[in-house]
Amino acid sequence: MTATSDQQRHAYVASQAAEARVNVELDTGDMILNIGPQHPATHGTLRIATQLDGELVVKADPIPGYMHRGYEKLTEVRTYRQITTLVNRIDWVGNFANEVPFVLAAERLMEVEAPPRAQWIRTILFEMSRIANISLFLGDMGVQLGALTPVFFAFRDRERVLNQIEAVTGGRFHPNFDRIGGLKDDLPKGWIAETKDCMETMRNFCDEVEDLLLGNPVFQARCRGIGVIPTDVALGYGLSGANLRASGVDWDLRRDVDSPLPYDQIDWKVWTHTDGDSFARFWVRLQETREATLIVDKLLDGLPSGPIMAKVPRIIKVPAGEAYISTENPLGEMGYYIVSKGDVGPFRVKIRTPSFNNIAIVSWVLRGVFVPDVITILGSLYFVLGDIDR
Amino acid sequence: MIADLSFWIFSDYAVSTAIKLAVVMLIIPLTSLILVYVFLFKMMAFMQSRLGPMEAGPHGSLQLIAEALKFLQKEDIHPDNADKHVFALAPIIVLMSTFLLYVVLPVGPDLVVEDLDTGIFYAMAVSSLSALGVLMAGWASANKYALLGGLRAAGQLIAYELPLVLAVVGVVIQAETLSLQGIVHAQANWEIFGIGSGMPFIVTQGIGFAIFMVAAQAELTQTPFDMPVAETELVGGFHIEYTGFRFLLFFMAEFGTAFAFASIASVLFLGGWSLPFVDPTANWLNIVGPGVMLAKILFLSMIIFWVRFTYPRLREDQLQKFAWKLLIPAALANIVFTGVFKVAF
Amino acid sequence: MAGISGYVKGLRVTARTAMRTMFPNGLKRPPSPVKGSVTVQYPHEKDEPAPRSRGVISLVEEKCTACMLCSRSCPDWCIYIEGHKVKAPPRRAGGKARSVNKLDRFDIDYSLCMYCGICVEVCPFAALFWSPEYEYCEPHIADLLHDKRRLTEWFETVPDFEPYEDGAEVKVKKVPR
Repeated sequence: MTATSDQQRHAYVASQAAEARVNVELDTGDMILNIGPQHPATHGTLRIATQLDGELVVKADPIPGYMHRGYEKLTEVRTYRQITTLVNRIDWVGNFANEVPFVLAAERLMEVEAPPRAQWIRTILFEMSRIANISLFLGDMGVQLGALTPVFFAFRDRERVLNQIEAVTGGRFHPNFDRIGGLKDDLPKGWIAETKDCMETMRNFCDEVEDLLLGNPVFQARCRGIGVIPTDVALGYGLSGANLRASGVDWDLRRDVDSPLPYDQIDWKVWTHTDGDSFARFWVRLQETREATLIVDKLLDGLPSGPIMAKVPRIIKVPAGEAYISTENPLGEMGYYIVSKGDVGPFRVKIRTPSFNNIAIVSWVLRGVFVPDVITILGSLYFVLGDIDR
Repeated sequence: MIADLSFWIFSDYAVSTAIKLAVVMLIIPLTSLILVYVFLFKMMAFMQSRLGPMEAGPHGSLQLIAEALKFLQKEDIHPDNADKHVFALAPIIVLMSTFLLYVVLPVGPDLVVEDLDTGIFYAMAVSSLSALGVLMAGWASANKYALLGGLRAAGQLIAYELPLVLAVVGVVIQAETLSLQGIVHAQANWEIFGIGSGMPFIVTQGIGFAIFMVAAQAELTQTPFDMPVAETELVGGFHIEYTGFRFLLFFMAEFGTAFAFASIASVLFLGGWSLPFVDPTANWLNIVGPGVMLAKILFLSMIIFWVRFTYPRLREDQLQKFAWKLLIPAALANIVFTGVFKVAF
Repeated sequence: MAGISGYVKGLRVTARTAMRTMFPNGLKRPPSPVKGSVTVQYPHEKDEPAPRSRGVISLVEEKCTACMLCSRSCPDWCIYIEGHKVKAPPRRAGGKARSVNKLDRFDIDYSLCMYCGICVEVCPFAALFWSPEYEYCEPHIADLLHDKRRLTEWFETVPDFEPYEDGAEVKVKKVPR
């Protein structure tokens, strides 16, 4: 073989390789499809790089970070009062719910407690922002699956909830209403009656969604058995909120954690579903919206009178220490870990947002489904981009 | 020579052909105008507690013309990697299949462009041409979403062509003719056990009608069968890369075909331009007939669009399963029953 | 059978909504979709925002002492204040002449403003008020920098503070007019 030139040797190797290639099964190359960053199914700028075999997803990777706004760093150079206006913008559809855990954590560090009336109004607005958030999901799930009408119903009726939030806080999307030690203002006259009427509208909306989507055989065919997340996997990936409750875990921070919010003073129910599929997630959220309207009604009935602000110094300096408080936000567990060094602003804030943990499961749950199911699953996991990238 | 030419130009054949051509060319934009305004703009808006367009014309009635002008002003963009000739040709083929459908549609005793003996056969054949155009658009766009959309469209149109044709066969057996004009006459003269005169075929062909409407919904890629377009997953599917005038062609073809299918269904199952208890040879039906037909078409389009605005969409494999496992056996059973019925009575 | 009722229910919901939009006065009255729809035809008719709605910040110029508190507490530093000291006549006859801050410039850059309302809250002299006015868009972003003349004009649109719901212990404040 020494006499053969390099060229001949290469030709021999190449022919052997070609023969080997023919002998193995013909491999059709996979197609890489980028779902996002600009795609209607990603509610913003989440990018999911999927590897497709035909329409079957072989591999899917969520790539967040296209809308990172650096809120954790920003909080280090802002005062406590300014931070509540920043954190409003994390989960922009369930706006008021973002401020509550932050303010509760700061209150714990300062060892002040807001008066009961403030806590009740806080809880009412908290539940109303949950309704505003999840009702959008209920409509949006329809539009993800191609039904045009539910999303318009959602915007129509959600508008009333936002109007009620605006009537008391002054802001539709960014209320900035929580203060350390209480609330900025009290309720305006006539608000309670109006809100009860609005909650009735929302219950009607839930009935309409039930007729339009939940009971529709086409919807059920698209959702049942799609994106099943078993209990142990859900716990392993750190899911929270309705996604976890749809996998059969009876876990709700509103009930299970001792917090100053008066959830323990009224009767309400935590809804769970055992299936863990997209349908279960939709069902749990629908029931939760209904339950939230009932919670608001009950809280309005039992609203105590009194002041809405505890005694706090004019310039707020939080004593040195650390505190972590998480609440059951519309999307799941949202928590703030505040490290203070006794300054007018925190030294460091870690924000635990539910969507970031909820989409971690995407690469697991999307394996082996069809492209249309990717949309169903992403829709039913329900994330808000601001909540992922913050 | 000149005398010859003028003789040819003013011959009956040439004049009637020119008129027919002009009518068909006019009717397609007009039909899509009616459907888009009445259903897409207004009915959908009312179903969603909105008003729809209100600014262009009274109650926004000229909105579509404004939209068309907007589309005409836009730049004709085609992707770098696109197969340019195929890309440019695709919307024209899709629109062509719509144009050709209108050739055989009768709207009165004498009002038909060309009463072919094999009218319904021709219509079914021509309507499936659009699958070719859609596939060309999907392939030539050099876009992954468009490719997926085009393949889905091809699979879907093939799957639903079959139940569509099979549903028609029942009517054809009953009418004993393939000509659409003949089918209308058959319905106008039809009696069940000597009762009634001019009953539409929907009375006996209810199953066939249901299958035809479902298959037409899929053929028109309307929700719940709109996976080839699927805005939220394929972002528009096969027409994702089209802009301006070419997109307008797709848009017009979509609604023009919807109108054509509604009119075929009204001819096959609702008696077309004829009315019960009315002599179908009466000359005044040439005036009233189009109105009667339009009313029936609008009713059927309303059903198509009502379903479109209400339901979510199915998945592609579920749709195929639905076509092959349910619609086609049902259509075959319908043919058998119709045949037995026809022979027995 | 359950399947068919599921299909029909959805159609019924959309049909019902369409009828409600078209015939808000009942089926026997003529249709009036303009009344039945929930949308507002914006340039022709306008929605009334809530009195507390944070539309635009207005200024009472006489009350401002150019103390810079609002400017310093603004999260994105969009308030620009300049002032100088002037001698004012004494309060009582024979007293010493006072020195008073005179406002030269009070600009708010609404292209930066986050509408958080901290400036309104921290103002110790009640010189800033929220107005629900919302029609002040501009074709150029630089034109959104509004000076004290414009901000003072907006004070006309400030509504009175609403009374509170029963059980509230907060006192209703007055808008100085």
